[in-house]
This record gives sequence, structure tokens and C-alpha cells, in this order.
Amino acid sequence: MTIELGFSTLILIVVASITGLTRAIPYFLFGGKKELPKTVHYLGTVLPASIMIILVVYCLRNINFTTFPFGMGELLSVGIVIAAQVTKKNAFLSIFLGTACYMILIRTVLPI
Amino acid sequence: MKTFGFAVKQIIPLIFSYVFVGIAFGILIHEAGYSVLWAFLSGAFIYAGSMQIVMVSLMTSGVPLIMIGIMTFFINARHIFYGIGFVAKFSKMGWKYPYMVLTLTDETYSVFCSIKYPENMDEEKVDFYIALICHVLWIISCTIGALAGEMLFFDMKGIEFSATAFFVVVCVNQYYQFDSHIPVITGFVSAIVFYFLLGSDYFILPALSVSLIIHTIMKERIDIQMGGMNYDN
Repeated sequence: MTIELGFSTLILIVVASITGLTRAIPYFLFGGKKELPKTVHYLGTVLPASIMIILVVYCLRNINFTTFPFGMGELLSVGIVIAAQVTKKNAFLSIFLGTACYMILIRTVLPI
Repeated sequence: MKTFGFAVKQIIPLIFSYVFVGIAFGILIHEAGYSVLWAFLSGAFIYAGSMQIVMVSLMTSGVPLIMIGIMTFFINARHIFYGIGFVAKFSKMGWKYPYMVLTLTDETYSVFCSIKYPENMDEEKVDFYIALICHVLWIISCTIGALAGEMLFFDMKGIEFSATAFFVVVCVNQYYQFDSHIPVITGFVSAIVFYFLLGSDYFILPALSVSLIIHTIMKERIDIQMGGMNYDN
């Protein structure tokens, strides 16, 4: 493995700039206008509910459904988070229970 | 100080995921032969966990720069959708505006989506503190990972699930907050459909785009279900 510092620097600059660009695009599109279009306002309000659930799927995207344990550890732990949040409505508790469950499962009965 | 404390409280559920993913990245880039400075700079100026981890493998792969640029765009393009909801808010923040724009991550986005500001509290200040604390925490974690990762790293495998758990909690809360469930159903169905059609690497952008289109088409129906709510907050 050889390291070319000049090229690595270029990579870092490119990755940082493009990442920044993806974050800045909506502001380039809509930020200059004094009055935000109504549709953008509306989307900004309703879209988060869509985005968050897509983000959950995104977090779970690397589950392998074809071999044991078929993502059971993840799905079971997500189920616990939902159940805890619905019944107790305490975010810390839900996150703690879900994460503890996941970390225990992958070390014991459902190794990944 | 009360404001700062409130901001810290909002990000507590995310601290573990930030710290351990940051450390994991630091270890990775250090093992690839780069100094601590690189971990620090990546954390400070890229500030995107999965992208930084991909970058390490790209640095040693000989992939052409233009391809790296294109890959970066597509891996991070979900950020475009996050910004839509914050244009009005962030653009009023003066010198903090560009900083707020450039530090919006999956995690801070979900915090901003779910936060309940107490009365008499300066919302801009809270938002800025959250952005700043998360950013600094990330930079420190990346740096520590590169500096002393192997010594620190007892078996914390699975701790990154805490970020997923946090996102699930936000989803549940939104389910109760929103009078219309069209948004969450749309998001879920399009994510699942595209996941099985296109696979784990390519589903997120089509899923986000289709959700956006469906929301635009169904605007009137969702509006009515939401009780003609105003969008001024």
C-alpha cells in the first residue's frame, strides 16, 4: 500500500467540497429569495416524516436476509425501540433498551 | 448557560454513536497509514461518517478523482432533501448561516426535526449550540481514534445501533405528531420497494425523490388531513 500524499490531499478536498455542496444545494436553490415558495414551505413541513423512515431503512440496509440470522437482531431491536417508545414515551429509555438488546443479541444467540 | 445545557440534553442519545463511529474512522485512517492530522481534517471538513469511511478505501484504491467526486455526490445527495425544511430558519441566522448549512448531518437533522423548544429560549442559539457541539464531538472522536484508538477500543460492536434507535424514536414521535400518515407510509413503502428493486446501495435517492413527488401531487389531500396547518414555524 503506497500513500501519495498529494493525491490524498486532492481526494480529501474533493470529498469535503462535494459533501459541502450536497448540503448547500437547497440553499442555493431557495435561499436567495425573500419569500419562500409555498410548496417548499409545505414540503419542509411534511417531508421529514418520510425522510426519517427512509433514514431508518438506510441504517438497516446492510442486513443480509439470505443467511442466518436474517437480520433478526436488528428487526427485534427496532421492535423493542418502537414498543418502548409507544408505551413509555421516554426517548432515552427506548434507545438504551434497543441498543442494549442489539449488543447482547449479536454477542449471544444471533451473531453477525 | 441554560440554553447550552438544553442543547446538550438534546444530543445525549447520539453521543455514543458519534464517539464510537468517529473513533472507528480514526482507527481506520490511521491503519491505512495516515497521520492524526488527516483524521482531524477529515472530521472537521467532511463531517460525514459513512463518507469518511468510504474515503479511506478510496484513498488507497487508485480510483480516479472524477469518480470519487461523483461517488461522493451520490452517497451524500440525501443531504439535499434535509436542507429543504431549514432554508427559512437558517437563512436568518447571519454569520452562523453557512455553518448551520455545512454541518447538517443525519443526526443533527433528526434532532432538529424532533426538538421541542421551551418558551423564552433563543431557538437560534439552541440550534447553533447543537450544531457546534456535535461537530466538535465528531472532530475529537476522529482524532482520538487515530491517536489512541487501539488502546481505547474495547469491544463496543453494535453501539452504532443507538443512532438507528434514535431515528426510530423520532419516527414514532412524528407518527403521533402528524395528523396525516401519508408522509410516513409513502416514505416507508418507497424505501422498501426501491430497496428490493435496486438493492442496498442505490435505493435511497429514488425513495427520497419519489416521496417528494408524491407529496407534491397529494398536497391538497395531506393539507386537509393536517387540518390546514400553517407552515410558518
